Amino acid sequence: MTGYAFISPFIIGFLAFTLIPMFVSLYLSFTSYNLFTPPRWVGLDNFEKMFTADPKYWNSVKVTFLYVVIGVPFRLMFALFIAMLLNTKSRMVGTYRTLYYLPSIIGGSVAVSIMWRNIFSNEGVINTLLGALGAQPVQWFGDPNAALVMLIALSVWQFGSSMLIFLAGLKNIPYEMYEASSVDGAGPVRKFFSITLPLLSPIILFNLIMQTISAFMTFVPAYIISKGEGGPMDGTMLYSLYLFRQAFMFNNMGYASAMAWVMLIMIAILTAVLFMTSKFWVFYETERGR
Amino acid sequence: MTWKWVKWPVYHLCVAALAILMLYPVLWMLFSSFKESRTIFSTSGRLFPAEWIWNNYVTGWQGISGYSFGRYIYNSLVLVVIATIGAVISSSLVAFGFARLKFVGRNLWFALMMVTLMLPHDVVLVPQYIIFTKLGWLNTILPIVVPAFFGMPFFIFLMIQFIRTIPSELDEAATIDGCGKFRLYLQIIMPLLKSSLATAAIFSFYWRWEDLLGPVLYLNSPEKYTVSMALKMFLDSESTSNWGGMFAMSIVSLVPVILVFFLFQKQIVEGMSTSGLKG
Repeated sequence: MTGYAFISPFIIGFLAFTLIPMFVSLYLSFTSYNLFTPPRWVGLDNFEKMFTADPKYWNSVKVTFLYVVIGVPFRLMFALFIAMLLNTKSRMVGTYRTLYYLPSIIGGSVAVSIMWRNIFSNEGVINTLLGALGAQPVQWFGDPNAALVMLIALSVWQFGSSMLIFLAGLKNIPYEMYEASSVDGAGPVRKFFSITLPLLSPIILFNLIMQTISAFMTFVPAYIISKGEGGPMDGTMLYSLYLFRQAFMFNNMGYASAMAWVMLIMIAILTAVLFMTSKFWVFYETERGR
Repeated sequence: MTWKWVKWPVYHLCVAALAILMLYPVLWMLFSSFKESRTIFSTSGRLFPAEWIWNNYVTGWQGISGYSFGRYIYNSLVLVVIATIGAVISSSLVAFGFARLKFVGRNLWFALMMVTLMLPHDVVLVPQYIIFTKLGWLNTILPIVVPAFFGMPFFIFLMIQFIRTIPSELDEAATIDGCGKFRLYLQIIMPLLKSSLATAAIFSFYWRWEDLLGPVLYLNSPEKYTVSMALKMFLDSESTSNWGGMFAMSIVSLVPVILVFFLFQKQIVEGMSTSGLKG
């Protein structure tokens, strides 16, 4: 029983702040509720509206999927590239590692989202740079696609934590394997595809799942960059932001709860798909000595 | 022979150049905070200000909505300190329970904790808001700090991983000497757990300091606003074009974060590469 005494904070917290709220949320998803009058049971109406009568909802799904499907791979590729660049025995590596990780540590802050908004503004750094290269300036806040690119760029910029995990993984690959393959005449490209990638694949899977889940729930950058409105023309209306607006701007608590459950299911499916496909591309060490 | 001589300088040049490119946006904001508000965008191609204006820090510090920026920093600090103390103490208790004590249903609770770790916060957002509203906790920091006292799954997981590396012979020896479970936790494990506690505290600091959703939902009078909310207010009143002040206070809001980062970078970087669940 002492065990329960020690974990009791978690149990109480879990019941009070997770389990009961989840049941409440499930119930609310079948109701129409605006906080002020009691919830009214509407059956599947919220879901029906979501799937058939709310183009804004589908837009938020589309924007979020684009954000995840484009952003996460780019972020991981960048992270792996930098990790490989830093996987040397130079004394400066510690400093570099710190510098490349810095954007990720400040990344969640409002300050950084404000900064991002401003370097992409019409007269901001990016357009000045484009001008210097002879390209036309982009109206980052005028075009929904451009605005999404800006948001994705911010997420790619914060590749630091994946990089550190890759770096730890790269250090575990025995150097002898590269030496042996050099003897066999393998070039750097060959080494990358037949040693680095397979041996790193479990870590790639881990990063892919964690980053996909967290990208799916992104809120602050979209909220700040679009000043809470998801604009231009809903181009940065990520799922979490739309849910937030439904709940706390329009007081559609029932509808927002239904959205949250669909999000939960989508994340579960995505994670399951990643796990299932992983057996075709993830290489576990234990299989090696077959 | 030439390649060997060229290789390292080229390597360092490339890596350093890329690092500067990465950090350029932050540097741009830093130097913009010393530019005259009107010239920030007309000179956005140039990094350094032609003339260094310190006044932005003065006007920014005067704050917004009648409260100085110092007020917002104080509010943030109170919130961060309370939540962090709660999170670290409760998480270490729970972690000790999971890692060192055997009891019926342990695996079930552990599994539930791991699921909670992956659960999107949006699912509980609305009901939590309703519960806290019904409790009359609106416009107080309670909805933000109280949940921290019930253990944070990420920290619990981090600490369990660490406690598992401590040899269990230590527990046995202490138990033979008549040491109870609570004393074992407090006097044997806790001191060994220091680095893990520090990592948790640092991350708790980051997330609370940067948190925007909590304050947006639960705090509605400016006197209680946190730094994040104050910056958001600056942004909302963009029409006044106090760009310099906004950038200056953005920099101020990042100072504690960057300071903690450089003080504890080894710990943070290690903690991140071994667990890497966030960010």
